[in-house]
Formats: sequence, structure tokens, C-alpha cells
Amino acid sequence: MIPLVHQEVVKRRGWMQDEEFADVLAIANTLPGPIATKMPGYIGFRVGGTLGCINAVLAVILPMVVAMILMLGAFSRYREVSWIHGMGQGVVPVVMVMMGQLAWDFLQKSRLALGWSVSLVMAGVAGVLIYWLGLHPGLVIGALLIAALLPSLARSKATKEATR
Amino acid sequence: MIYFELFLAFFIPNIIGYGGGPAIIPLIEAEVVGRYGWMSGQEFAEVLGLGNALPSPIATKMAGYVGYEVAGVGGAAAALFATVVPTMLLMLGALGLLYRYRDSPQVKRMSQWVRPVIAMMMAGLVVSFFSTSLATAGLPHTLLIAAAAAIALLCFRVHPAFVVAGSLIYGGLVLG
Repeated sequence: MIPLVHQEVVKRRGWMQDEEFADVLAIANTLPGPIATKMPGYIGFRVGGTLGCINAVLAVILPMVVAMILMLGAFSRYREVSWIHGMGQGVVPVVMVMMGQLAWDFLQKSRLALGWSVSLVMAGVAGVLIYWLGLHPGLVIGALLIAALLPSLARSKATKEATR
Repeated sequence: MIYFELFLAFFIPNIIGYGGGPAIIPLIEAEVVGRYGWMSGQEFAEVLGLGNALPSPIATKMAGYVGYEVAGVGGAAAALFATVVPTMLLMLGALGLLYRYRDSPQVKRMSQWVRPVIAMMMAGLVVSFFSTSLATAGLPHTLLIAAAAAIALLCFRVHPAFVVAGSLIYGGLVLG
């Protein structure tokens, strides 16, 4: 989807330069949540202020949200019909395979950044905390995010004191 | 109150879901199926199946649909608001700061450290989908559909929409 947005925003409408687009993409990547709403939201804001932002985001999300509600709404209304029930069962193994693909993909990316042993130990510890001890995943990830930022604070304080 | 719960259920996954768009899926499952029990594992899998077949980001499609199922149009609005607005405000408000630190090791580390946890939760979701499918479709059908889907997706690079459509047809004809 990003190349399509780039095509529209940089090449066709000329709202942004190439470099700026790359910067916005890099920043959107450092924030959590879907890229595909942050990019249009920011570009919309730049081009047309708050209204532009709202407009761009709605254009991205509304059509498919309405499609989901209509299709799944009809689907769950006739859930008792046996062949519709069967369709619902048929899709679960496919979703399982797709999720397996995603899990593998995330593990690979994490191996490239952290190495096998660190990745597996972190995944294992997280698994024990979340599934065995029943901790909320938000707590585990929140703690990790704080830990990722903390040493930088200590170091910048240390360098500040060293320069003083 | 239900609107506030919906807000929380989608705010938390979206604010901690570092490491790419799909990272939020297992986090949303933990809220929607695990914590609040708004949906069964089977229903969540159906939503995810259709969500994967349609274009545009999965996060907003799930938020809109789950919110609507739980509390109507207002619910959809609350869940979508929680998905889109907080990170958007963060992006607009802290742009200068983020721009300065976009290459800093700490910022990179945030998504790097979260990724193994998300991978673990995704694997957990695989296990839960497997047991759901085992309980409803049974082992032979589960293995058959999963193998066919894996071959289509990985070997032939078939678009997910067609794979989902194929599984719906198979399910309607054979499992119904």
C-alpha cells in the first residue's frame, strides 16, 4: 500500500518531496500502530489541516470497515444454516497457516536483529509470563519498552554530568 | 462504560504493538477473546479470515467490525478512534522529537525487543486456532485445508483473498 500512496502523493499530486516522504515513513515506523493510517493522517494534515487529516484517514478506513460489517453481519445472522456454519469452519485452518507465517516472519526479523539465542530466550520468557503466569501482554511489552528506553536516559545523564 | 472498554481494548494493542502492522493482531485477540470475551476463538478467526481477504490495514478493519458487533455504530467509532487517533496525535505532536531520534539505537531497540514477544503470541494464536479447528472441523479436514493453504500461499504465492475464498467454498460444500 505504501508504494501506491507514494505514487499518488509525490508523483501525481506533488504534495511532498521524495526525501520528505521517506522521512515521514521512517518516523511512522518508529511509532506503534498501523502505518497505513499514520501516513495518510499526517499527509492529510500537512495538505489540508485537521479536516484534511480526518478526511484522509476516513478515506483509508471507512470503505473496508463498512464492507466487513456488511459481509460478516450477514454471515453471523445465518450462522445456523449448516453450509454457512461449514464456511466458518473452513476458514480457521487458513487463518492458522497465515498466523504461522507471520509468527515465522517476526521470529526471522527478530533473529536478524538480536540473534537466535536472545530471540528465543525473550520469546520463551514472554511465553511463560503471559501463558503460564497469566500476566497481561500489555504489562510484559510495556516493561520491555521502558527497559529499551531506560539505559539511554542513564547514559545521557552520565554524559551531561561528564561534560559539566 | 462499554465504549470505554472498547476504547481500552483497542488503545492498548495499538500503543504497544511495535514491529509492524500485524503485530497488533495477537494483542487484540488477547483483549477481545481473552480478557473481555466479546468473541469466541472461532468468530475471531472468521473476522481475521475476511480481514486478510480485503485490502486496507487489518487493525482498522478489526476495530470497526468488533466495535460494531459489541456496541453498534458508537462501538465501531470508539474502537476506530482508539486505533487511529492516539498514535496519530503522537506522530503530529512529537514529530520534531521523533525526527531527531529516528535513527537512535533506543528507538530501534523498542521494536526489536518487542518482536520476539509478538512472535511468541502469534505462535500462541496458531495453537489456539488449531485447537478450535480440531474441535469443530476435526483433524483430517484441518490438516487438509492447512496443507492446501500453505502450498497455495508459500509455493504458488496465491493472493490471500483467493485462499480464503477457496476455504469458504470447501467449508460450505464439505463441512456444512
